[in-house]
Formats: sequence, C-alpha cells, structure tokens
Amino acid sequence: MPSLKELKGRINSVKSTQKITKAKQMVAAAKLRRAQAAAEAGRPYATRLSAVMASLASKVSGSAAPKLLAGTGADAKHLLVVVNTDKGLCGGLNSNLVKAARAKARELIAQGKAIEFYLVGKKGRAPLKRDFPSLIGGGFDTSTVKTPGFDEAEGIANELIALFDSGAFDVAHLIFPTFKSALAQEPTVTQLIPVPAPAEAPVADAVVQYEPGEEEILEELLPRYVRTQLFGALLEREASEQGASMTAMDNATRNAGELIQKLTIQYNRSRQAAITTELIEIIAGAEAL
Amino acid sequence: MPLHFELVTPAKLVRSEQVHMVVVPGTEGEFGVLEGHAPFMSTIRDGAVQIFAKDGAAPEIIQVRGGFAEVGEKGLTILAEHVEA
Repeated sequence: MPSLKELKGRINSVKSTQKITKAKQMVAAAKLRRAQAAAEAGRPYATRLSAVMASLASKVSGSAAPKLLAGTGADAKHLLVVVNTDKGLCGGLNSNLVKAARAKARELIAQGKAIEFYLVGKKGRAPLKRDFPSLIGGGFDTSTVKTPGFDEAEGIANELIALFDSGAFDVAHLIFPTFKSALAQEPTVTQLIPVPAPAEAPVADAVVQYEPGEEEILEELLPRYVRTQLFGALLEREASEQGASMTAMDNATRNAGELIQKLTIQYNRSRQAAITTELIEIIAGAEAL
Repeated sequence: MPLHFELVTPAKLVRSEQVHMVVVPGTEGEFGVLEGHAPFMSTIRDGAVQIFAKDGAAPEIIQVRGGFAEVGEKGLTILAEHVEA
C-alpha cells in the first residue's frame, strides 16, 4: 500500500503527462487540417499530369520509349523507397509501414532479386536496419525542414533518377502511408520506376500537335511525374502522421484520465482509512482512562 | 469569346480564369493562345507567361520554371513546377 504522499505524487505526474498528450493532440488536429488542405491542393496537378502522361505514353511505345518508361530491360535489382515519418508519438503508423516494407522485401528476396532500401524520414531506419543490416542504402533527411514541400520531393527524385541512370537498380518501389482518415492510414506499395504504363488508353479524338516531338515531351514529363509521385507521398505522409498522432494522443489522454480517476479513489480511500484508524486510537485511549 | 486559362503547380491551383489571350514561352518559340486554338502540347522554357485579360490591355506577367502547356477543348492549361508572380 503506497503512502498518501506517494499517491499524491503519482496523481500529479499522471496529470502533467495528460496535459502534454492533450496539447500534442490539439496541435496534431490543427496540423492535420493544414496537411489535408495541402494534399487537396496538390491533386489537380497530379491528375492533369497523369492524364497527359497517359495520352502520350499510349502513342510512344516500343523501342522509342524513354528508359524511365520502358525500364532497363533487366529485373534483378530492386530498390525499396520507404517513406517514414521523422517524429514518433503517432501510434502504429511507422511500425505498419516497416511491416509492409519488410513483407515486400521478403517477397522479392524469395523471388531471387537483389534488394536495397532507400529511406526517407528517420523512423524506419532502426527497425529495418535490425532486419536487413547490410541492405540499407542511401536516404533522404526530411527532418531539417518544418513541412516537406516540392523542393524536397525534387531532391529525392533527382537522386533516385541519378541512381537509376547509373544502373544502381532496375525497379524502384515506393512505400508510403495513404491517408484514409484520422483513424486509418494504410501502407501502400506502388511501382515508381520504371513508370508503370497507364492502364486505360484515352480515346484520341482530336489531332494534337506536339512541340517539340512526342518523345521529347514524354522524356521531359517522366522525371516530373516521378517528382509528383514523391511529392504526393510526402503530402500523404504528413497528413497520415498528424492523423495518427491525433488518434494516439486522444487515446493517451483518455487513459491518463482513467488512471487519475483510479488513483484519486485509492487516495481518498487510504486517507479515510488513516482517519478511521486515528479515531479508533483516540476512542480506545479515552475508554482506557 | 474568352479563353479559359489554368495555371497549376504541385502545391496549388494558381489561376483559373477567363482571359483574352495568353502568350506562352514555348521551347521552340513563344506562342499566343486565343479562344478556339487547335489542340496543342508543348514544353515551356523558363520564362515569363504573359496574360492579357482584355484585348489591348497591359499584360500580367508570371514567371514560370519547369513548365508544360496543353491546349485542349477546355482551354489552356499550364503545369509548372515553380511559379513566381
């Protein structure tokens, strides 16, 4: 049985923890709104670009297709680009991402492919390094900026494309969280490089003129498409992080409240017990006289 | 008839409005787009896009980098990676 003073100390410490989790929850809620707005604002560009890409890619095919679309011709070396958050306190978000990355890596290894990781964000490094100590390649640090924007996406994409051109890998997969709601963020695995050919070929109704040629335009648009994909992933990560953090902190605040209630009851009981004991002592003393 | 003009960056939709004419700095030379232009796609070199709100009015100039222009039935759409007003 802890003493009254100890109980009081514990209640106070849980209360201050609750204050912190509550503050973090409110900050996350405010940031989530902003991140969602940013993700919303980025959508028109992405949809238009993929529409243009689809119409061009259906026209340019075969040997004329640029390397980013057609691939290197080999399928031996795979790069897994894992987008994690930089900060914790966001529940199971990062461990789910790592789990997805691990599953994909195991699948590729089982098929006899060579794999390597390229890590964006800090939180995936330690768990992946534990499982695949020799396979961690480069990475990109996004923790230096407050909110990663298009410049960071550009930096990552340029590095990846340079690696691709130098033949460091044949296929790159992008693993990032998709924001469904504040409660659900799903790890998503997509192929980043070579750019997957669009499934639906749009009907070319009008004769479109191209300046310069179709191939040249496509060649310029492909790196841009990769950048946009990465930018989208960064935006999704931002929204997911804030959403997950909000939910996790909400739970933590509620748990702290329950704990405080329990401790307060215990505190009151033991105080009452102490008073009763004292009274009994006094009465017994008085009776003895 | 006005031309529908949209300027889009990855971060946001910068412009969506009806204008008279837009002069775009294409890779192979500047071109002006009016209402009813034939379908056309071009890459853009880094430079100034001139927007004429009305016929004969002074142009509004927006600097774009890493751009791409598409003229379709719905008007002119410029996709640019960086925009400086």
